[in-house]
Amino acid sequence: MLNPLSIAHQHVRFADGMVLDCGARLPSLEVAYRTYGTLNGERTNAVLVCHALTGDQYVAEPHPLTGRPGWWETVVGPGRPIDTDRFFVICANVLGGCMGSTGPRSVRDDDKGDGVALWGTAFPPVTIGDMVRAQQRLITHLGIHRLFAVVGGSMGGMQALQWAASYPERVFAAVPVAAAAYHSAQNIAFHEVGRQAIFADPDWQGGRYWQTGRVPARGLAVARMAAHITYLSEQALTRKFGRRQRGAENAAPQSGGGGGVGLGMFDEIFEVESYLRHQGSTFVRRFDANSYLTITRAMDYFDLAQDHDGDLASAFRNARTRFCLVSFSSDWLFPTAESRAVARALNRAGANVSFVEIESDKGHDAFLLDEPGFHRTLAGFLAGCAEHAGLA
Amino acid sequence: MNAPLRGDVRHVAKNMRVDLRLIADMIAPGARVLDIGCGDGTLIAHLFHTKGCDARGIEIDMAEVTRAIAFGLPVMHGDADTDLAHYAADAFDYVVLSRTLQAVEKPHEVLRQMLRISARAVISFPNFGHWLVRWQLLATGRMPMTPTWDKPWYATPNIHPCTIRDFFALCEAEGYVVERWLAADEAGRRSPWRRSPRLANLFGEQGLFLLRRG
Repeated sequence: MLNPLSIAHQHVRFADGMVLDCGARLPSLEVAYRTYGTLNGERTNAVLVCHALTGDQYVAEPHPLTGRPGWWETVVGPGRPIDTDRFFVICANVLGGCMGSTGPRSVRDDDKGDGVALWGTAFPPVTIGDMVRAQQRLITHLGIHRLFAVVGGSMGGMQALQWAASYPERVFAAVPVAAAAYHSAQNIAFHEVGRQAIFADPDWQGGRYWQTGRVPARGLAVARMAAHITYLSEQALTRKFGRRQRGAENAAPQSGGGGGVGLGMFDEIFEVESYLRHQGSTFVRRFDANSYLTITRAMDYFDLAQDHDGDLASAFRNARTRFCLVSFSSDWLFPTAESRAVARALNRAGANVSFVEIESDKGHDAFLLDEPGFHRTLAGFLAGCAEHAGLA
Repeated sequence: MNAPLRGDVRHVAKNMRVDLRLIADMIAPGARVLDIGCGDGTLIAHLFHTKGCDARGIEIDMAEVTRAIAFGLPVMHGDADTDLAHYAADAFDYVVLSRTLQAVEKPHEVLRQMLRISARAVISFPNFGHWLVRWQLLATGRMPMTPTWDKPWYATPNIHPCTIRDFFALCEAEGYVVERWLAADEAGRRSPWRRSPRLANLFGEQGLFLLRRG
């Protein structure tokens, strides 16, 4: 594993910075991004992919830190639903992230910065709207006026909705997947558990862990473990792990039978435990705790209707954007009812909406996994939009 | 992606139900259309490709919705009884309800919503007044089973069967203007009883109406 800070990410720097929703001003703004495919002469075939909470810009290529395949290689690539032979695909690390875009791990450059210290927890709170504004700077920098499509799952879906609300004339089609127009109380509650786990780790050191080099790995791992449960479903956990225990030598001690073999308190007894611990430990190697705090907060703040006097439909008034909303039947983090509520608001606004719930037992994570029904839907929707947009 | 899409659309259009052709004939080019119970989207594909309509659909069967979107058609999962209330008034020029009225929970409320969100409504439904239905009930004393009414009473989704004359009466009671109407056989071929609702009610297997607000 490489040192995360030693990687040079492709990026653009905006020396004039950016004013955030909170009123604070970032003196400068860096947006790290990756592109795939070729922008056509008319610059009309650009698709912006928005990543989720712990995703990044490495959509369709091996991850520079972990070496693992891109997080959406099943969706983005030649001949894939977002076909890079046809579309110019852009993905940017979100504002507040830790893969090259300005965030808590960037060098603090306001008047309190000394040119060495990082922002850490002094990084101002950002919103989904701020993330989208930063992406908009990138898109403009790339010479693109109108995106053919904005596609994203989970927090990426929130960004797709925000794009259509903030820049309706610059988005021909929007595909919010497994998303919602606001973050629910239950979802905020789970995020709070994660944040408290990070705060409780002594290695967090009030957020100044970069000074000692000891990162709050345990706290961040627990946050990831708790969050990961919310990305799955009971059926998926049962199907993958059931009550299976680890290894034959650890096999279940039967009641009344041969003693206490495997009856430990602190070992990993059940397979689901070691799975979660693995998820936690691999996550901390690639993600920054302060970024996690910043981005979970941004999701919690998200409430698109609130920005429009409580009426979600008015966020999309006169929208010419074509929408395709997708939910998954076993997703309890962003349940179908939330997508349906967005679809109905779009109907009230007179927008062109497609909406489908894909049958899946894989929970919220289904949007990242091999779901042929979802992939067919996405490919077909984009093909239909391309016809309407006059894309050859 | 484009080539298979177009091929598929041509395929469905070629095999389009004849009654959908009759419906399509009632719709002006370039209109904004909502097809309620659109199935795999055959009609909206036809209206888009042949008449340049902005046609959208609602469908309750999720598998059909997925198929329609995968064809590139704007279709959303929804229910005629509950989802029409979420559209703005006059959002469409035509709303189509093809062979679905008899299966909804509140037909008169669905009609009311249709003519709220659209200036005109196109409605087709199987005619329970057809002579074979009447004869079977009279002769056997059992619920009729015909090519149109082809499921036993306990399994049918058709919870609100009506006749062509019933429908005329409802339109009058609700103040809807019948701009055009016709009776057709099961395959959708027009029946010749255009002048007489009573004869159409006896010999037509389905009724097709174009309504507007009174």
